[in-house]
Parts: sequence; C-alpha cells; structure tokens
Amino acid sequence: MSSTVEVAADRPAPVAGAWLHGVVRDADPAALAVIAGMDGAPVRAVSAAGLVAVVSTAPLDEYGEQPLRRNLEDLAWLERAARAHHGVVEALARRGPVVPARLATVHTDDERVAGSLAARRAELVATLDRLTGRGEWGVKGYLGPGVATASAEPVGAGGVGTAYLRRRRAQLTAREEGQQAATAAADAVHAALCELAVAGRRHAPQDRRLSGASTPMVLNGAYLVDLVALSGFTDLVDALGARHPEIRLELTGPWPAYSFVAERPEPALTVREPW
Amino acid sequence: MTSALAPSSADDPLAYRPVALVDLLDRVLATGVVISGDLTLAIADVDLVRISLRALVASVGALPPPEHAG
Repeated sequence: MSSTVEVAADRPAPVAGAWLHGVVRDADPAALAVIAGMDGAPVRAVSAAGLVAVVSTAPLDEYGEQPLRRNLEDLAWLERAARAHHGVVEALARRGPVVPARLATVHTDDERVAGSLAARRAELVATLDRLTGRGEWGVKGYLGPGVATASAEPVGAGGVGTAYLRRRRAQLTAREEGQQAATAAADAVHAALCELAVAGRRHAPQDRRLSGASTPMVLNGAYLVDLVALSGFTDLVDALGARHPEIRLELTGPWPAYSFVAERPEPALTVREPW
Repeated sequence: MTSALAPSSADDPLAYRPVALVDLLDRVLATGVVISGDLTLAIADVDLVRISLRALVASVGALPPPEHAG
C-alpha cells in the first residue's frame, strides 16, 4: 500500500514549524538552553495557560508533512529523530513530570502550540499530576532458552514414513506446548506486575528481526510505577523470573512515561488507579 | 546499528542509560513497532498521515542477522 494523505491540508506553508517534545508545568530557560533539540540547536519554551511546551524549531523542508512521510520511512533518519526527541524528553523527565509528545508531533507555528496547550489544559494538568513521582518501566519476556521453538533435532533422512511423521508430530506438539506455557506465564507475569504498578499495558511483541533476540518475545509490558515502590517492583520482577522458568524476563527503564499518556487508551490498557 | 539495537540493561535501576532503538520506537511511535502494514501518525496540524513501514522493514531486513540463520 502506498502512502496516502487521508485529509489534504491546504494552508499557506510557513518556513519553520515547532516539533513538540513534551509538556511540563514550568521550565527554567537556563536549563532549556543546554538541552539539544532536533538538529542540535537548543530547545525552547512555548508558554500558555500556565503550562510550558518544550519545542524544537523544525524547518518544514525537513519536518513538514511531505518530507516527514519520506523521512519516517528512512531507518537512519527515524533513529536520529527518535533519539534526539528522546534525549529531550529524558532531560525533562530528570527534572520533573513531563507529558511526552508522540514522535513527529509538528505544529506549523508556536501559536498553534500555545493554542493546543490552552485547549487541552485540564487533561494535561491531570496527566502531569498522575505522573508526578512515578516512572515507566519495561518488562520484556522471551520464550525460555530451554523451550523447544523449532525442530530440536534434525529429522533423519532415513526416517521411514510413519516413524518420521510421529517424530515430527511430537516435535510440533512440544513446540506448541512450550509456546502455550510461555504465553500463560506472560499473562501471569503481566497480571502480577499490574497489581503492584499504578498502571500497566502491553505493547505488541517485538519482531526478532528488530530486537535481535534469540527466542520469540511473549511479553512486551510497560508499567507506571511509584518511585517509592520501585524496589518492590524490581524484586517482584526477579521473583517472577524465578517462578516462571519457561520465560526469560528483561527489565528496562526508567523511561519517561511514554506509554501512559495516550489520549485514547487502547483496550489492552489496564489501569489500577489509586483513587 | 547492531550496537544501537543491543538490549539495555538495568544494573542500576535509577540510572538513565542508552536504550535499544526498538524499545524506544515502541514508545515514541505509541503503537509499537509492527513489522508489516502501515502506521498512522497523527501529525498535529497536518491531519492524519499514513506511513508505510515497508521501507523501514526493508532497512531492517538489510541488517546482518542477529543470529545464525537456520
């Protein structure tokens, strides 16, 4: 399928837009001056409605609609952009709560950034409150190394008819059972982590071609955790790893709370609100 | 690129550290990295833009395999 613009935008094109990194309650201009944005230039603040949007100046010949469509399909460009954006969001997250913007949130000018701060003020303030004192952690689960994922032994060329089929069927059954056990373990781990976390959700499992993992991923969870409960959370990850040898768990983080600011939470989102 | 895709670790739970690109894309693209199909981005003020991930997948496919093919 080729790229298509779903709704054509027809308005005069300014020279540079504003790439939104995230929204914070307030920002010290001196602190922003040392944070490198999209092209290495310092980020800047757009203030409105008692909130601060942290943006990079984004020349529209690179960050406009058409160039973005092309650039986002270029892995090297995408990685540069994702890391530059993340660098800013992470720098902000070190100083306090931040509502991270999704990659490639480009406004055509600062006035529109200010306008969206004003329009979404209540929601942004509520999200900032909800994120205060909390961080996101990732827990990935892979099929354990001992679980059969494919033909464990080469099928002998000398296998005769039914013997071959029986052996092959046994291999396939073992593989299926291993995957079912790993899937059940992933569900149990996710449920247990959600009990301790403020909120949890599952991202789609990563493709092995992208992750480079040696076995398939069965859990790609993200958890919003109170910082005061952090050691309990990491202990629980260790305990769950020991309790479920059929999967191998990997902890990543802390992350800015990317996975917990969705405007329209996906059905997979499970939230246990403290109030 | 291989090093960029290397898994992050968490020896010191409170330290921010270099992250694996694939983990990062899961988050900044909000929908996770799907290997096929399209990704719809809501780019502010430019309405909805549908991004084909075919080229991205092709780029990844061109990387050396992370393990022995077999």
